[in-house]
Amino acid sequence: MTATAEAPAAGEVASFEVTLRIRRMNPEGTSEHGAGEEYWEEHTIQAHATDRVLDALHKIKWDIDGSLAFRRSCAHGVCGSDAMRINARNRLACKTLLKDLNPAKPIMVEPIKGLPVEKDLIVDMEPFFASYREIMPFLMTSGPTPERERLQTPEERQRFDDTTKCILCAACTTSCPVFWTDGQYFGPQAIVGAHRFIFDSRDEGQWDRLEILNDKAGVWKCRTAFNCTEACPRGIEVTKAISEVKKVLNTGEI
Amino acid sequence: MTAPELSTPRERIRSGRMRRNAERWSWLFMRFSGALLLVLIFTHLFVNLMTGDGVQQIDFAFVAGKWASPLWKVWDLLMLVLAMIHGGNGMRLLINDYAHRPRVRTFLLWLLGIAVVVVIVLGSLVIFTFDPCPLDASGDLLSGVPDFCKDVR
Repeated sequence: MTATAEAPAAGEVASFEVTLRIRRMNPEGTSEHGAGEEYWEEHTIQAHATDRVLDALHKIKWDIDGSLAFRRSCAHGVCGSDAMRINARNRLACKTLLKDLNPAKPIMVEPIKGLPVEKDLIVDMEPFFASYREIMPFLMTSGPTPERERLQTPEERQRFDDTTKCILCAACTTSCPVFWTDGQYFGPQAIVGAHRFIFDSRDEGQWDRLEILNDKAGVWKCRTAFNCTEACPRGIEVTKAISEVKKVLNTGEI
Repeated sequence: MTAPELSTPRERIRSGRMRRNAERWSWLFMRFSGALLLVLIFTHLFVNLMTGDGVQQIDFAFVAGKWASPLWKVWDLLMLVLAMIHGGNGMRLLINDYAHRPRVRTFLLWLLGIAVVVVIVLGSLVIFTFDPCPLDASGDLLSGVPDFCKDVR
């Protein structure tokens, strides 16, 4: 005798239908769409209340349309590969539950804005990484290398704790209206990356980094729109970090 | 079929390096002039519209009466200069954001600079060369001048 499904078991996860409207672009073109043409495509799938947007994308890619292209690596909110614009807000697809997005309406999924789209939801991250490299995101010290760890007090560590959480997903930079306009601005992420070292008591390259951020395209382009703070999937107070860098440049004291 | 070229990211313009701290001073100026303008403008509006007869009182004589006092001359001059530079600097930032072609950018920046200077010069001229008691062709006071003109002429 095989067990048959009768009344729903206690604790069963609710199931519902959800439509995803995905912004697509194929650089080589498809039978219906020209090369590089951007268009919307809708897929309706069956999802559970525990499913994330990433699970829905997987279902589409694995079961419906294998040509859908998107980045994801760890799929659990650590690697920062799958930042995308979901319902007009930058989020990680792996940290956004479908049930939190009003599944009654189609869920809009677009690539993050301000970076060149390569295919579907994949963008060219190089301008973003170039900005990060420019602020020299590595420990700079002088004198001989100590034989033991470079010590610092818990308070000194706490000073830059918030900005160590960055996973370089680009959700903040590509939500910034100033970054959208010209692409010259370093972007919030590069300033977060610089903040992490500027306020580190072990680092000695603060003024090199501050000099770079004092540039025309540096911190002064920030208009405190707070989009970055809202977008950050790690909850970093990005605008606050930028303001702290501005304050150091204005007062000359770290 | 060849893949379309990806749009290359624009190169960062590094003019800030030539004038060290220029953008920092611009940012600080916006902060302080903005706060000061709030006080200047709302006091100006309050004095003109809420005291005395309100909006009904504003005519040539009212303006002449105000500019008889050096305080209001300095007040209005400060408002004029700060508002023009504050607004002009804001427009400069917008031009830097949205005008990507160097020649268009240079043209717009010059246009903006000329507009700001012209308005400041014209406005200052009005404030400092203002005659509260103008005479008509026959040498009599024009109508609508403030009361104190009869004592002056």
